Amino acid sequence: MSAPAPPRERSRDDLPHDEGAHAPLGELPDEDLSSMLTIRAFESALLDLFDRGMLNGTTHTCLGQEYVPVALEGLLAAGDHVFSNHRGHGHYLARHRDPEGLLAEIMGRRGAVCGGVGGSQHIRRDRYLSTGVQGESLPVACGVALHLKRTEPGALACVYVGDGTFGEGAVYEALNIASLWDLPLLVVVENNGIAQSTPLAANMAGSIAGRAAAFAVEHRLVDTVDVAAIRRGLDAAVRAVRQGRPLVVEFATHRLGPHSKGDDTRSAMDIAQARAADWYPRYAAADPERFARLDAVARAHIAAVTADVVARELS
Amino acid sequence: MRVAENLNAALHGLLEREPDLYVLGEDVMDPYGGAFKITRGLSDRFPGRVLSTPISENAITGVAAGLALAGDGAIVEMMFGDFAALAFDQLVNFAAKSVSMYGERVPMRMVLRCPVGGGRGYGPTHSQSLQKHFLGVPGLALYEASPFHDHAEVLAEMLQRAEPCVLFEDKVLYTRPMYEVEPPFALRAADGGGTAQVSLPGADPDCVVVAGGGVAHRVLEAMRSLLVEEEIVCTLLVPSRIYPVDLELPDVRQVFVVEEGTAGGTWGAEVAHVVHQRHWSRLDGPVTLVHSADSVVPTAAHLEREVLVSAADVHRTIREKLRG
Ligand SMILES: Cc1ncc(C[n+]2csc(CCOP(=O)(O)OP(=O)(O)O)c2C)c(N)n1
Ligand SMILES: [Mg+2]
Repeated sequence: MSAPAPPRERSRDDLPHDEGAHAPLGELPDEDLSSMLTIRAFESALLDLFDRGMLNGTTHTCLGQEYVPVALEGLLAAGDHVFSNHRGHGHYLARHRDPEGLLAEIMGRRGAVCGGVGGSQHIRRDRYLSTGVQGESLPVACGVALHLKRTEPGALACVYVGDGTFGEGAVYEALNIASLWDLPLLVVVENNGIAQSTPLAANMAGSIAGRAAAFAVEHRLVDTVDVAAIRRGLDAAVRAVRQGRPLVVEFATHRLGPHSKGDDTRSAMDIAQARAADWYPRYAAADPERFARLDAVARAHIAAVTADVVARELS
Repeated sequence: MRVAENLNAALHGLLEREPDLYVLGEDVMDPYGGAFKITRGLSDRFPGRVLSTPISENAITGVAAGLALAGDGAIVEMMFGDFAALAFDQLVNFAAKSVSMYGERVPMRMVLRCPVGGGRGYGPTHSQSLQKHFLGVPGLALYEASPFHDHAEVLAEMLQRAEPCVLFEDKVLYTRPMYEVEPPFALRAADGGGTAQVSLPGADPDCVVVAGGGVAHRVLEAMRSLLVEEEIVCTLLVPSRIYPVDLELPDVRQVFVVEEGTAGGTWGAEVAHVVHQRHWSRLDGPVTLVHSADSVVPTAAHLEREVLVSAADVHRTIREKLRG
């Protein structure tokens, strides 16, 4: 009989912990903070609509992860393409600032971005596109990046994926091609440590960094919610993407809410840990007056949008 | 000119005319020029737009979809059509759905070329006819290569549809000459995705045989023996676009559909459904399906012959139906 295998390294343990959890946050323009607060208010309103039985189908909120697309948006240009996934409301709102169109899409009402055909997970507007099959958008983004490289050098294709999506072969086929062909591909991994109900440790052997390294693709770990610091830290690497050096940026982040609606099987302790890492109280504490003011505006805006869209005729 | 040369010339012409068209696939670059040499000479003439890829069928189909989304055109070669199974997600869940799932029509100019079929002893994983697996997908049109259609026109039409298309190319066609039909039969070739017709001039046919390009020559052999031995006159119809089905039938009471695909959920069943809906009142009975056996495609020649549809099968089925 052979000796038992040594315990395998699990990637979650590899992540450096947020040393700066209590360090002061960098300066953030009102516009960005408002964007984060609008996304928070939007997602909260959605869960509320669900509880009242007013939404058809399913939806996945990005509560806790709102700062990720807002940070990225500061590094992206209008000519860049953005590919999103099932948890994409924040990605869309950070890019298009269009809660009416998105809510109308989710509810199938007049003004829906995609006529109500796509719904929460299938949205296309200009250079933004989301799909509901995990990993599927990476190869597509490579195709777009190939196009950009030839016709619009300097522009990039950015893809958001979750940690669980690293189970899909499409991810590796795409990383390989992006690296081989020097494509301007930026992969943003929102590693919230869980996929639906399955913790990262049960989904992933090795690590995201190791997987990027296997394809000679640059990897950056982001372990802070400080949007200004994130942008500073990633600026040079994102510029390099534009020159054809693909990049994987891994955000150590936290899902505050259920996977979709009311399907959270995590322990109270896990949920408490996610809450403790939330950006919201940290930004609130950093500048209480400004935060409260912008938050009130964001909530009022979303409340008005909701009242308006709910009353609209069908798409 | 052989069918392989016609396909190759078609690709040369398209790449020349369309500066935003790409050709992607495993080993498609020169000097190799693809497993069946259909892409020969392309990468030397159009560097940067003809790309050999890693062995990643799903991803290269996705790359094609991304190019199409961004406004380019893309033709992907599956080395063997069987491997299109690995590209099913990108083709069916992404490319085809993208045409309509975003609320307005998104043009997707892309073609998946799939060498299919047996008769060459490549064995079960390299010999399927996959047509039936792609039927009935919204936003996905299916074509079959034929010796009676100019593929320059066919491929141009596929790209013009601005929705994903699959071109099934029966491998046994590659070495066959284009437009060859021996007297007394005569060919009326067709434009683009239209239907080519082979008939006996001046005679009213006893039946119509609908067939994809890959089995056309097997049907022609049967038509000859049926004429000589049984005085049965058949007209052969070979559509280039095989789905959605759109066929104009001459006024006959018996219709047969011949394909190499194996039994069960066949293309012929789809054709039969359309023919029944349009022409039921004038038919003597249901459309008769002729296809390969319900089996994998074996490697050994004698076993492969037992499974694949043959000229003798076509002859026997038509004779039994018409002469009892
Ligand atoms: C190919 C595929 N398989 C399964 C699903 C169902 N599904 C939707 S989200 C999800 C979990 C994804 O986890 P992760 O990538 O970590 O993203 P997160 O939900 O944490 O944001 C699963 C299994 C899917 N949409 N696509
Ligand atoms: Mg996750």
